[in-house]
Amino acid sequence: METAPGFAKDYAYLMERESADCPSYLCPVGEILGFATDLRDKHGYDLLVDLTAVDWDQDSPRFMVVYHFLSSTGHDYLRIAVNCTDDESPEVPSLSEIYPAADWHERECFDMFGIKFTGHPDMRRILMWEDYPYFPLRKEFPLAGIETPLPAADIAEVTGVEAIPAPMMGGPFVAPSEGRVSESEPRAKDQSWTETSPKPPRQEAATE
Amino acid sequence: MFRNVPNRKMSATPETLAYNSKVEGDVIVTRTDAVINWIRSHSVWPMPMGLACCAIELMAAAASKFDISRFGMEVMRFSPRQADCMIVAGTVTYKMAEVVRRIYDQMPDPKWVVAMGACASTGGMYRSYAVLQGVDRIVPVDVYVSGCPPRPEALLDAMIKLQKKIGQEASTQGLLKDRTKAAV
Repeated sequence: METAPGFAKDYAYLMERESADCPSYLCPVGEILGFATDLRDKHGYDLLVDLTAVDWDQDSPRFMVVYHFLSSTGHDYLRIAVNCTDDESPEVPSLSEIYPAADWHERECFDMFGIKFTGHPDMRRILMWEDYPYFPLRKEFPLAGIETPLPAADIAEVTGVEAIPAPMMGGPFVAPSEGRVSESEPRAKDQSWTETSPKPPRQEAATE
Repeated sequence: MFRNVPNRKMSATPETLAYNSKVEGDVIVTRTDAVINWIRSHSVWPMPMGLACCAIELMAAAASKFDISRFGMEVMRFSPRQADCMIVAGTVTYKMAEVVRRIYDQMPDPKWVVAMGACASTGGMYRSYAVLQGVDRIVPVDVYVSGCPPRPEALLDAMIKLQKKIGQEASTQGLLKDRTKAAV
């Protein structure tokens, strides 16, 4: 069975994307269902390894869904990207009929990015609670979070607790990529401010 | 332990001024608090609220190498109705916070909470939109254990500290208190 890039020329709508590892193509949103069926049935890509999305922030199209397929016979990976139709309420056809693995991945993708997978049998949130009003991996969402009521109203009433923005205190917390591993504990990027001494206002970049 | 005291002459030595089974029978004079606390602290039944990697260390603490049963608290109960000490071992997300609180509410009084590890105590390294920043926001915590995750010895130490804390409680007064209105 021929693996990508060999068969890619048979699909005129595919656009090659820059890639550091496996072959990567951009597929029009209308063709993804048929193409994925072909991948599974004709080209031996029998495993959907991963499904995620990219938020390109100001660019349009803003949301891109990225699939990773693996051919267990050809031992070959293939990356397919699909641009979502709409920047406000993005939609993509669901692959869960073709690859059952897509089911929960698509739910996670919906949970984090708000991308609707049309034709999905159970398009609910999977990580955050059902009434959560935001999509946390979108670019406009702060890492610390936004004040939100707890999922259970009665518990929130008894405890007086709600989901609050987490104290970042110089975060995000990263492990330095250089130096000895034993000394590369994750630490805040900017440790000049804490809970007691607040963050100084952002300095405007010096104009030249 | 006082049954087999050898018979002695009844004279006013310091020995006989103390407990004498021939005079008093099998009676021990003590405070109610001391008795209640002694019973409670030596039969802590933990509710393992294992939510992340700390739960693995919790399991290790119960296994033969560390053996939590040496301190009389090996009876881990997965039903909150049969437990009186919730060991919150792991990251509490906002979604799970509701469950933790409900399970706490279902535990019969008297009850205690141990926040095991950095996540349960403060949110730990998860400074994030999804994680409750310390389980003490939703349930009253008696003992905090540092570590990520803590060693089993640290948990044992915390449990022994909890025993000491139970030993200092005014349990008799607590018997009459309406605990349903206890605030967090």
